[in-house]
Amino acid sequence: MSDTSPKNGFNVVGTSPIRPDGLDKVTGRAQFADDFHLPNMLHGKILRSPHAHARILSIDTSAAEALPGVRAVVTGADFPAVRHELLNQGTAGVLNIREMSENCMAKDKVLYDGHALAAVAADNPHDAELAVNLIKVEYELLPPVMNVRAAMADDAPVIHEDFHPGGFIAPTEKYLPNASRLQLGNGDPEQGFAEADLVLEREYTAETIHQGYIESHVTTVTWDSNDYVTVWTATQGQFALRDHLADIIQVPISNINVVPLEIGGGFGGKERLYIDPVAAFLSKKSQCPVKIAMRRDEVFRATGPSSGTYIKLKFGVKQDGTLTAAHLHMAYEAGAYAGGPLFLGVMSATSRYNIPNIHIDGFDVIVNKPTMRPYRAPGAPQALFAVEQMIDELACELGMDPIEFRMKNLMRSGDRLVPGFPLAPIDTEKMMETVKAHPHYQAPLEGANRGRGLAYSIWFNIGEISSARMQVNPDGSVTLATASPDLSGTRISLAMQAAETLGIDVEQVSPTVSDTQSIGFSLPSVGSRTTYSTGAVVCEVAQEILKQMCERAVLLWETDAGQVSVENGVFSNKAEPGQTITFNELAARMFETGGPISHHRTGHTQSFIPGTAAHLVDVEVDPETGKVDILRYTVFQDVGKAVHPDYVEGQMQGAAVQGIGMALNEEYFYDDEGRLKNASLLDYRLPTSLDVPMLETVVLESPNPAHPFGVRGCGEISIAPPPAAIANAIYDAVGVRLYSMPMAPRKVCAAVKAAEPAKAA
Amino acid sequence: MSGKSLVTATINGEEKQFLCEPRQSLLEVLRDVLYLTGTKEGCNDGNCGACSVIVDGVLLDACCMLAVEAEGSSVETIEGLATGDELHPLQRAFLEETGLQCGICTPGFLMSAKALLDKTPRPDEQQVRHWLAGNLCRCTGYDKLVRSVLKAVEA
Repeated sequence: MSDTSPKNGFNVVGTSPIRPDGLDKVTGRAQFADDFHLPNMLHGKILRSPHAHARILSIDTSAAEALPGVRAVVTGADFPAVRHELLNQGTAGVLNIREMSENCMAKDKVLYDGHALAAVAADNPHDAELAVNLIKVEYELLPPVMNVRAAMADDAPVIHEDFHPGGFIAPTEKYLPNASRLQLGNGDPEQGFAEADLVLEREYTAETIHQGYIESHVTTVTWDSNDYVTVWTATQGQFALRDHLADIIQVPISNINVVPLEIGGGFGGKERLYIDPVAAFLSKKSQCPVKIAMRRDEVFRATGPSSGTYIKLKFGVKQDGTLTAAHLHMAYEAGAYAGGPLFLGVMSATSRYNIPNIHIDGFDVIVNKPTMRPYRAPGAPQALFAVEQMIDELACELGMDPIEFRMKNLMRSGDRLVPGFPLAPIDTEKMMETVKAHPHYQAPLEGANRGRGLAYSIWFNIGEISSARMQVNPDGSVTLATASPDLSGTRISLAMQAAETLGIDVEQVSPTVSDTQSIGFSLPSVGSRTTYSTGAVVCEVAQEILKQMCERAVLLWETDAGQVSVENGVFSNKAEPGQTITFNELAARMFETGGPISHHRTGHTQSFIPGTAAHLVDVEVDPETGKVDILRYTVFQDVGKAVHPDYVEGQMQGAAVQGIGMALNEEYFYDDEGRLKNASLLDYRLPTSLDVPMLETVVLESPNPAHPFGVRGCGEISIAPPPAAIANAIYDAVGVRLYSMPMAPRKVCAAVKAAEPAKAA
Repeated sequence: MSGKSLVTATINGEEKQFLCEPRQSLLEVLRDVLYLTGTKEGCNDGNCGACSVIVDGVLLDACCMLAVEAEGSSVETIEGLATGDELHPLQRAFLEETGLQCGICTPGFLMSAKALLDKTPRPDEQQVRHWLAGNLCRCTGYDKLVRSVLKAVEA
């Protein structure tokens, strides 16, 4: 546990108090989505396609409807044509609502193993499951397209007759029948390569992966006789869910209330709806509340996942270590519909080094897999697996220390990023110097087949729209509501920022997450934005509360406006030295000074706030089996300001272990017909407690000027460096480069064996 | 479907009778019949440990046991871990050491860790990691979770 004494002028920020929602989570009382029950509630189950690519010829639901206990059946025919196909989301890009609807329930074609095509509501989940299995579907099978290179090939089967390239954040242009394209660049790469003393070209692949949250997707929906629809679910964004649901089920947005319950992990995979419209139509038909809980195999087959990639790099460098040119061909799976995480992969690929001549050719590629969703620093782990290995390989070829090589090309605040805008203030040199001076970097590493690897990342945290409401109560307690679902302890980090601003104890603040009818719009809890962006809005609301309370003290003391000031929760009258009143005392007198004190604000904060992370790892490779053991791991991360240091460390460690899982084990296995063969937690193989050691954390705090306490956000970045850091460590250990992720034992073993004759020679 | 069976079992020290179908797992009955929803479902196939309970002193996944098999057994769930208002040392340690983030796996980890401490009161880090390998956590990376168990050992 971190030091809990206040530091640097803060009273609350920088301490690690116990979170208010913790007690219910250790006693089993917390209400997660599947813990919610309503009277007369039915259970829905979904029929999913066993085929990766097929035309639906007919669906016969008669046997299911005849089963006792079945109350409603829906198919794609119950889903109306959407009112507007494209939804402009401003900086978030363009969303295709028709495709979103068809992803929830297929109409004409199924596009991946697990694509929903019918659903049943029955008195209990077992009868619903029996009924689903009685539905008969005739398919015309079509050839599946299962990876980016196959989808971009000349003779590739066409998945959509037409598609809108859309694009996640940045627009892309339609380029091939299954792919759209995004190009960025600066300078003259051809000339840059001509100036280089050394040019390396390498290819890297990564398999499809899943966010792997332990709580499945669960929703309960009522559609009442006035067409009011209420949804109780676990979501990263209740407003996004509400707005998308309204378009799909075609009721006014104001008729829908989405109530966010406790959420059992999301990591980007729970900011999009899947089962909510299905439950809504089942509820409308049956006139009962309907709960749908996905089975684990459905979660793997039909939600998430995140992109498999093919990345081809060409980098040029001078003998002194100066990068002169780079060409990046980056193809990311979009899944069944366009709009994968391509832009963020492109954005994060090289945006920490100054490369004067660069061309990035990015491709968003439609394949017969579930629609790719963001997964914690979307696109970055795959991009870094390629680029940070290339950087290491160049440094090795030149005989340079990997930190010296990075320092030589290091991007600093104000340097121009590939998309054109400058890097916002952050101390990147301090990060490198901290790693270099750390005992882990300095310690000798001895023993056979052991090696050390480093990877460095800059990631861009999202700001944008957040809402907060604060209410002071007569007993001095403060009610804090936000629209930001709490995935990991953000209620406490927001309550702490409120308490710090108000000058009161954090225990006086009760933080809650509101439903869509009780608070203003907010973007979801994504993009490392909650503690930063929602936190900044909470501070603004708290400032307004203090202003209102100062006005109450003016009335109470019959003094002039401007005479009252407040510090650490004590109001004082400048005109009358010694005249003071505490926050609690003033709260108790609110009804004699004008009534309740409250404030609501929907605010906006700056996006693309950089965070940095460097990971250092020692591994031991077993050349016989190819198994890679993590011996020592250190996560260095600049978080701006650690509001709750213990939970900040938890974010760093949790993200790192997800990255370790991605590096060494996690992958989707599809057979030749495009069926997912490892749709279980055992076979998908998340890391267990036995797979990792304790993870040392080094927190750097170079303040973010866009937040009152300097918070940058910290949730995502540390998932990005582990695959590259581990790949570099494996090379250091056994002298082979792994260009394919995950670096599973079979691949490491094969690479070591392949290198043996060369070594012997 | 065949009819329901009447099952008598001790749940968290209290004798309970409940009706269940032969196809219902102990997990389903705990959650949907007895409304003891603290025991979580993560996979329903014994892979994740979120539904860990202790039956007659043995740690098991409630999703892998039929409820009718609980006849005459003593079942311990997360709801019985604290003694009144007095938290179990493991619960206190998880709060103080931030051994949880989202909290969905927490009841399973707590019951699993309790079963470990019941048998091995002073485990070392490796023993804790080995024992808890049947429970999956996606949020914490296990560091603070393992530290929480080790702190409860010290308590």
